[in-house]
Amino acid sequence: MSTTGHHATVDADELRRRVRELLDAHPPATTDRLDFLRARFDAGLAWVHYPAGLGGLDAPRSLQAVVDAELEAAGAPDNDPRRIGIGLGMAAPTILGFGTDEQRQRLLRPLWTGEEVWCQLFSEPGAGSDLAALATRAVRDGDDWVVDGQKVWTSSAHLARWAILIARTDPDQPKHRGISYFICDMTDPGVEVRPLRQITGEAEFNEVFLTGVRIPDSRRLGGIGEGWRVAQTTLMNERVAIGGGRIPREGGMIGLVAGVWRERPELRTHDLHQRLLRLWTESEAARLAGERLRRQLAVGQPGPEGSAMKLAFARLNQHISALEVELLGEEGLLYDDWTLRRPELVDFTGREAGYRYLRAKGNSIEGGTSEVLLNIIAERVLGLPPEPRTDKDVPWKDLPR
Amino acid sequence: MSTPDLLYSEAEDDLRAAVRSLLTDRCPPASVLSEAESGRAHDIALWRALGTEMGTAGLLVPDKLGGQGATAREAAVVMEELGRAVAPVPYLTSAVLAAGALLGCDTDQEAVARLLGALAEGRSVGALAVPLSTAAGAPGAPAATVRADGDGTLSGQVTGVAGAAGADVLLVPATGADGYGLYAVETAETSVTVEPLTSLDLTRPLAAVTLTGAPARRLAGPDRAAAAIGRALLTGAGLLASEQLGVAEWCLTETVRHTKERHQFGRPIGSFQALKHRMAALWLDLVSARATARYAADALATDSPDTPVAVAVAQAHCAEVAVRAAEECVQLHGGIGMTWEHPAHLYLKRAKADEIALGTPGRHRQALAGLVDLAAPAG
Ligand SMILES: Cc1cc2nc3c(=O)[nH]c(=O)nc-3n(C[C@H](O)[C@H](O)[C@H](O)COP(=O)(O)OP(=O)(O)OC[C@H]3O[C@@H](n4cnc5c(N)ncnc54)[C@H](O)[C@@H]3O)c2cc1C
Repeated sequence: MSTTGHHATVDADELRRRVRELLDAHPPATTDRLDFLRARFDAGLAWVHYPAGLGGLDAPRSLQAVVDAELEAAGAPDNDPRRIGIGLGMAAPTILGFGTDEQRQRLLRPLWTGEEVWCQLFSEPGAGSDLAALATRAVRDGDDWVVDGQKVWTSSAHLARWAILIARTDPDQPKHRGISYFICDMTDPGVEVRPLRQITGEAEFNEVFLTGVRIPDSRRLGGIGEGWRVAQTTLMNERVAIGGGRIPREGGMIGLVAGVWRERPELRTHDLHQRLLRLWTESEAARLAGERLRRQLAVGQPGPEGSAMKLAFARLNQHISALEVELLGEEGLLYDDWTLRRPELVDFTGREAGYRYLRAKGNSIEGGTSEVLLNIIAERVLGLPPEPRTDKDVPWKDLPR
Repeated sequence: MSTPDLLYSEAEDDLRAAVRSLLTDRCPPASVLSEAESGRAHDIALWRALGTEMGTAGLLVPDKLGGQGATAREAAVVMEELGRAVAPVPYLTSAVLAAGALLGCDTDQEAVARLLGALAEGRSVGALAVPLSTAAGAPGAPAATVRADGDGTLSGQVTGVAGAAGADVLLVPATGADGYGLYAVETAETSVTVEPLTSLDLTRPLAAVTLTGAPARRLAGPDRAAAAIGRALLTGAGLLASEQLGVAEWCLTETVRHTKERHQFGRPIGSFQALKHRMAALWLDLVSARATARYAADALATDSPDTPVAVAVAQAHCAEVAVRAAEECVQLHGGIGMTWEHPAHLYLKRAKADEIALGTPGRHRQALAGLVDLAAPAG
């Protein structure tokens, strides 16, 4: 996977030197944004823990912060991660872990620069928490696979050039074993994207209908029938991507409500004060736990512990935004805009308190529900016995539906 | 204190059945959503059927003034059903708050009686022009942001008023040379502007009211206005608890239904103990919420000296139960609960707005601190 053991050669000083070289050769003030991002990728400064030649330098992951800080100080453009969260957080580590050299060379650079947006075609109407029950079929036809089925809740599908897709290639196998993992071209004529409006008023996610979509076998990730294992990598990374980011003290949701508290003394009550302090403490505790976890994860792929961060993030986002609406009182009864829009990016801390309160409700559903994540912690971290299951060893085609 | 009646009478059950059957027929979730998106202030046809034809608009108004001469107990049952349907009708704002304020004025006064009769028969829709977030039970009357001038007109602005957009008449607290008073203003006057605001709760939209020399009739002066408004707010808060109960009930019922039907991992998701316990816990919340809401309604109906405590307890408790039930409803529905199409969001938005309406749970707990002698620490 991503670690190759060459760490010793690249340290913080070396990275600073390389950043200076990049900045000298491509001064941000006079360089086109995309040209700069491509040059940054080629200099191995995109994600330093990736292999050389793929945007990295085989450096320890923790040193990324050094690069980011230097580039920010120099006023360099970034790749606007909020626009391409699925590509960066989920598709990339999976391609890196399971892709062929050709796939990595072709896909990672435009993914990182944001030239190509990615989406995730996993969930289906009948397969949400029980993702392995998915019914989208991929049937081999010469060098291609022909894919038919329906996906749902697909964020960014309306913007995406590529999708990571899981589909059933062998219905005779038990559900977890007959799945394969593909890279789907979203411009294929068989792909139809329909907006789904959310409780926030906007249509951030979509239904995606796949009809006779042809995917060359060269766009399969991992072995035939090994899609579930590949998908685990995506999902583990997703859970770290949602809520696992490095933030300063009072970064994220708590900083917003703390700001309102400081600026609006007329809104304060004893009750809200105690609750705010409690949430502030919990946010700081979660931030420090994330910091620790990231140190532990500096090498390799995240394990089930990553779920803990996402759980805490979802709970805190929900409680803090709920408190903010209550704190605002009369203003909390208002909403900024219900107009049906197609957002270009997702920002959990964007817009106003009402939007944040509603959007945060999705945090405990997207990327695996909080209940499913608690099950993962109970079973894979604590080693508690799983609930008895009847659906694991039966061929998928014989499962009741 | 006499023993409160915390059950439903047969007549109350009949009333509930009638209201529920009307709402099932005329106010399904899909029509609530399209009504909310229509930009209309409320569902006029539904309000005619419910308020006028069924007579619920006049429940709190005595017979001799054109009402039904019922009590807060019956009104609470209507509120429960309206909450259960998130019905976009001006029951709380016109039949409870506006009528309640008028009942606190001198009803022998012809102007007061005429207005009450019109509201009770649903011929006219009223709204009490105070922000919906005004805390009930707080000492003193809500501060007036409107000025009464010597020529009998009002000027000023009130923000965040529920039910103002669909109202014919506004009851406006204002201060002038004669002190604090309650005034009636017709919204048809050109000097009255009612500007709809984009509201979190799509089913009970707010508006900003601006008066620029609006002709007004004084309904109560300094001797009664504050008490009339205070009593209306207290009644509103007490009955809001029943609405919150109705919201929570729908959320639990719908969640139980969904989790029985939805299968994942080869079984109904409601068979997972993690979810079962969550729904059982909600049911427990509902048991106590119903008891507090009934107690508040009964206290209001019997004019019990314990009414302020009953209302504060009901509000502090039911507001949180409704929000919790709506949040659980969204969560246990998974992705479908996050959509605009599914009605769960209408209940979430109503529950969250109701939590702020007429005082947050924190405000009501604070009121209780004084009422039951549990003072805050000094300093
Ligand atoms: C905002 C948002 C964005 C999303 N974006 C994407 C995307 O880009 N791509 C994509 O593929 N998917 C996406 N999803 C889908 C998401 O992954 C699913 O919604 C989620 O996995 C839950 O599946 P479901 O909606 O079918 O709910 P269900 O699986 O039906 O769950 C309903 C309820 O049952 C509970 N439950 C289920 N199983 C168990 C169990 N064993 N024990 C206890 N409780 C259980 C759940 O926790 C939940 O509360 C998105 C969802 C949201 C809300």
